[in-house]
Amino acid sequence: MTATKPVSERLPHTHWLERLAPHFVLIAYCIVALFPIVLIVMNSFKSRDGIFSAPFQPPTAETFSLIGYETVLGRANFPNYFLNSLIVTGVSLLLILFFGSMAAFALSQYHFRGDVIVGLFLALGIMVPIRLGTIGILRMIVSLNLANTLVALILVYIAQGLPLTVFILTQFYRQIPRELTDAAHMDGASEYRIYMLLTPLVRPAIGAIGIFTMIPIWNDLWFPLILAPSDQTATITLGTQQFLGQFVSDWNAVLAALTLAMVPILLMYILFSRQMVKSVTAGAVK
Amino acid sequence: MQTPNVHKSRSFPWHILVFLAPAVIVYTVFMIIPLIDSLRLSLYAITPDHQEVFNGLNNYVVLLTDPRWSAAFQNAFWNNVKFFIVHMVVQNSIGLLLASLLVAGGRARSVYRTLIFAPTVLSVVIIGFIWNLILSPLWGVGEGILKAVGLGALFAPWLGLASSALTTLSLISVWQFIGIPMLLFYVALLGIPEELMEAARVDGAGGWTAFWRIKFPLILPTVGIVAILTFVGNFNAFDLIYTVKGAQAGPQFATDIMGTFFYRTFFGSQLQLGNPAMGATVAGMMLFIILAGVAVYLFFWQRRIATYDL
Repeated sequence: MTATKPVSERLPHTHWLERLAPHFVLIAYCIVALFPIVLIVMNSFKSRDGIFSAPFQPPTAETFSLIGYETVLGRANFPNYFLNSLIVTGVSLLLILFFGSMAAFALSQYHFRGDVIVGLFLALGIMVPIRLGTIGILRMIVSLNLANTLVALILVYIAQGLPLTVFILTQFYRQIPRELTDAAHMDGASEYRIYMLLTPLVRPAIGAIGIFTMIPIWNDLWFPLILAPSDQTATITLGTQQFLGQFVSDWNAVLAALTLAMVPILLMYILFSRQMVKSVTAGAVK
Repeated sequence: MQTPNVHKSRSFPWHILVFLAPAVIVYTVFMIIPLIDSLRLSLYAITPDHQEVFNGLNNYVVLLTDPRWSAAFQNAFWNNVKFFIVHMVVQNSIGLLLASLLVAGGRARSVYRTLIFAPTVLSVVIIGFIWNLILSPLWGVGEGILKAVGLGALFAPWLGLASSALTTLSLISVWQFIGIPMLLFYVALLGIPEELMEAARVDGAGGWTAFWRIKFPLILPTVGIVAILTFVGNFNAFDLIYTVKGAQAGPQFATDIMGTFFYRTFFGSQLQLGNPAMGATVAGMMLFIILAGVAVYLFFWQRRIATYDL
């Protein structure tokens, strides 16, 4: 291959291979990424014999069985765990977005003494993981009589989610044209009214932050394990972990529990994935 | 500098306080104060009758030099370094490869992206158990796959062997989180204007040269961000080891990392009683390690690399 040849003459030769190679690698990697998940889901619908004798086969008429699901739904408190997770994640998320957008609005719209310091203070939590304060958190939660309550988890998750939310939303509020705020001021709108007017404009950012804040809260094992380990307050992640530990040898139940824990989050992910990636892309390319 | 609310300047700006108060209060009370309290506790010793006595930096000296503590601490620290290196080398380079292929992936790329990112959204508990089952000699799925490609002899109960457990767990974590560097690199690569690559092609640069000479230098800021995110995440990891290996991080602490060491020190285990002051000291060391990493990133990496405005 010589560099002196015009581009148009060189390209067609390598084209079909060059075009197919990325697809080949990407498809191969997709299989690597999905195979374990598919294997678990598939085998959760099989009898114990089917799981062990032909793990790679989809359930057939002979091997189909729902015994695992019967065990899980019959013995464990799964609906309750699920409800706990929904409450904790939902309430935390709402309050993170509400408190976070108010703080970001103030940091972006007003100049006041110490505004930079407040911004940096809130940003500290982006890099310092909240887990390192666990001992202090546990002592405080115990002294407030909140151990083994969902409230304890919600308060900690709000603190955990705020730094990044405030940081990103501040950038988005800053991009809103000044004329809009000035016009609202002219019309005599109060500061609270202006917050209500501007917040819908940063909705795409709120959506993306919402998804990225929600996933770690839903999936967290650390704080449920330490702050609210009782069976009554267990989240789906902790509940699954404890159930799996107890039923290690009951393969049907283990596979069914794993599937039940995966399906809701995967469904939500598929539903929102396009929006999620789009918002990341939009945020970076701008 | 604009002062949008001059017309109200004389009265105290209550609205600013109202906007900031909820976030600042919850964040301070449930994150900053506990962190400070935890650091304070690391400077105290707890007597048998539960009194806290100021102890200076003694706990840190004990953790680093007393053989009863230092061996366990160093084991956890170096295991964690290894955990991090596997992520940096395997996760971030494959992530970069996948991202650069995605950019060339045409119309199907959103499908690939969605599928490859899927394991990332699942809980570490689920992922840990899935791989525990797949690699279990009892089920034989892992062995079956290796046999199918003619490598059956290579199979061993990797998660159970002291020599391979940590690497195996690191690779499981890599498998789960590869979507994050992939997505970040992908976004960075998308930001490179097509004309630039066109120009390189006209100048006769092949795909490989063009990538390393033009694209890679342009995405160096993202490389730094991915590195620091990986560092903080890895030195703070806990869930995977706890799920697969329990708080003992076996076999013989071969998979113990800072997070599990912290948990065991604070809460105790079958072998030792919980020790809040030493637990706080371990957390203090973790904070120091993470801040050191962040400092390296901010003062060396971010200052030294050139950023190009595209």
